[in-house]
Amino acid sequence: MNENNNNAQPQHPPFRGMGGNWGVDSNGYYGEFGGAFIPEMLQPNVDALKACYKEIINSYEFKQEFIDLLKNYVGRPSPLYFAKRLSERYGAKIYLKREDLNHTGSHKVNNTIGQILLAKKMGKSRIIAETGAGQHGVATATVCALMNLECVVYMGATDIERQMPNVKRMEMLGAKVVPAESGNKTLKDATNEALRDWINNPEDTYYLIGSVVGPHPYPEIVAKFQSVVSEEIGWQLDEQIGRTAPDYIIACVGGGSNAAGVFYHYLDDTNVKLIGVEASGMGIHTNETAASMACGDVGFIHGSKTLLMQDDDGQITEPYSISAGLDYPGIGPLHSHLFKTGRATYIDATDREALDAAYLLTKIEGIIPALESAHALAALEKIQFKPNDVVVVNISGRGDKDMDTYINELEKSQ
Amino acid sequence: MNRLQQKLNDKKENLLTIYFTAGYPELNDTGTIVKELEAAGTDIIEIGMPFSDPVADGPTIQASSLKALHNGMSIKVLLEQLKAIKSEVNIPILLMGYINPIWKYGVEKFMADCEAAGVSGLILPDIPLDEFKTDYEVLYKKHHLSSVFLVTPQTSDERICAYDEACTGFIYMVSSASTTGANKTVDTEKQVAYYNRVKSLNLKNPTQIGFNIKDKASFERACRYANGGIIGSAFIKKLSEEGDLKVKVREFVAGIQ
Repeated sequence: MNENNNNAQPQHPPFRGMGGNWGVDSNGYYGEFGGAFIPEMLQPNVDALKACYKEIINSYEFKQEFIDLLKNYVGRPSPLYFAKRLSERYGAKIYLKREDLNHTGSHKVNNTIGQILLAKKMGKSRIIAETGAGQHGVATATVCALMNLECVVYMGATDIERQMPNVKRMEMLGAKVVPAESGNKTLKDATNEALRDWINNPEDTYYLIGSVVGPHPYPEIVAKFQSVVSEEIGWQLDEQIGRTAPDYIIACVGGGSNAAGVFYHYLDDTNVKLIGVEASGMGIHTNETAASMACGDVGFIHGSKTLLMQDDDGQITEPYSISAGLDYPGIGPLHSHLFKTGRATYIDATDREALDAAYLLTKIEGIIPALESAHALAALEKIQFKPNDVVVVNISGRGDKDMDTYINELEKSQ
Repeated sequence: MNRLQQKLNDKKENLLTIYFTAGYPELNDTGTIVKELEAAGTDIIEIGMPFSDPVADGPTIQASSLKALHNGMSIKVLLEQLKAIKSEVNIPILLMGYINPIWKYGVEKFMADCEAAGVSGLILPDIPLDEFKTDYEVLYKKHHLSSVFLVTPQTSDERICAYDEACTGFIYMVSSASTTGANKTVDTEKQVAYYNRVKSLNLKNPTQIGFNIKDKASFERACRYANGGIIGSAFIKKLSEEGDLKVKVREFVAGIQ
């Protein structure tokens, strides 16, 4: 880094990136969850990644490039904003981690920057990705434009319809968006298609997965790249109120990457209550839900042993949520482990609760959150805080892509 | 020795294995298809247990799996169907499936019920070799089930040999890097190099080539490099045509041999 960069944030500790004792064991497991349950057709690619990722991402050169891009391209650190009016309303000190202000509009870019550097170091020339809401697709298309790499994004046909602005953005960035027409045509199906693409293109292609899901080592790689979020919270809180840890951290959970990132450096600090919020759609007692922990049990999805929604015959259930980014029947294995061990608590929010939380934040703080992040905000209604509790809510993305939904729902209720 | 091992012992070349999805085209076609395949001279039958998210399969088997699930197929139904015809057929039957429904059914119960239904072996592609050795191998042995493993052009010699060591059926050579029924153009020179590479390893188990084996010519070509060939998507396509089920099965097998 040059002189200017160092001067820009003299008081901050350098970004160390990736630490903590909550990594996977030598077999790729978080407790009983994780592993790599993939057919031989994918094995050589996953093995190649497994063999080299640690050395690459721990190298000085990689870290320098990663830190530089996060700072000067993404715009990190993202602000930690004390939300005064929201705090008054809920009777606690509420801080919003503004991942919505990142380049491309969500936390997803933290991971795509890391993985695109990894893919380049591995000599790959073609990048594939899955996307739900389109945020990961846009973040992938963006880094592919930046690095001049071919980019193919798989997206459920249903999601293409409900997140059209992101489809157009990806195309403008030079990516090819391929509709997934199987199943409910959402994130699960897009992930299936991306895996099939990788099977068919094993040599030049890197699968840039968007969440803490998939076969080992993906969950660990993505969690590490996203851990920049919790690392910043440490010094930002210290600067603002003279303490490094909050009492609560709240994040929405689809696959679980923004939650993994915002929890990461606090996993060992059991004084910090970690709250994940699943999307329960029309409610956990309906079939129209995406709450994998509330409604699921142990199984295997996309190469990982984890909690997922399935029927009595072990067929994976089609999820439902108003939020395309949370519309996934499984959950990353790290979260299954945190759930099982009780280290994190997982609650749920319905479509309605998320919409109300989004309208509230817009009205009283002037921030339009993504529908996904609105689920995290909805949790504020459900927790009894003490007045001095310091609460960090991760605003994982911004609501531009959801304007159609927000406007339609407002008109419906009028 | 189970039926599969007996067959592999008795016949060393031109082994014809045919795959179909259980519950396709109709829920109760399993018995008819098995009997007709046997009568027509097929050597081994591979029955796919349908799964909601078959990531290793192309469009044909995705569609047959979906239809089969809509028809009401499940592991329980399939094993009951196989048990019902057990004494009427002698052809070795392998089950192929993704791990999630088996896990839900109960792995040990599944193996025991497979044995009771006369199943000879299993192809479970998403069980990694290490997990197979620690958690599954002992159950295969206990229930006299043969293990069949997939290898691809990208699989290293070392891994192929490791699979061969654990294998008690045959090595399933995936013909090119693809999902099932992909029908993609392959670099035949590279493919032959891969086939010869596997041959040069002098594996203890027989080999069969599958994926993109679809007709007489491709089957015969497979048999030049391996002990036999496996046909899946092409047979499913035939089953999806109009016409009498028995006639379709017989026509298809006759067209290959």
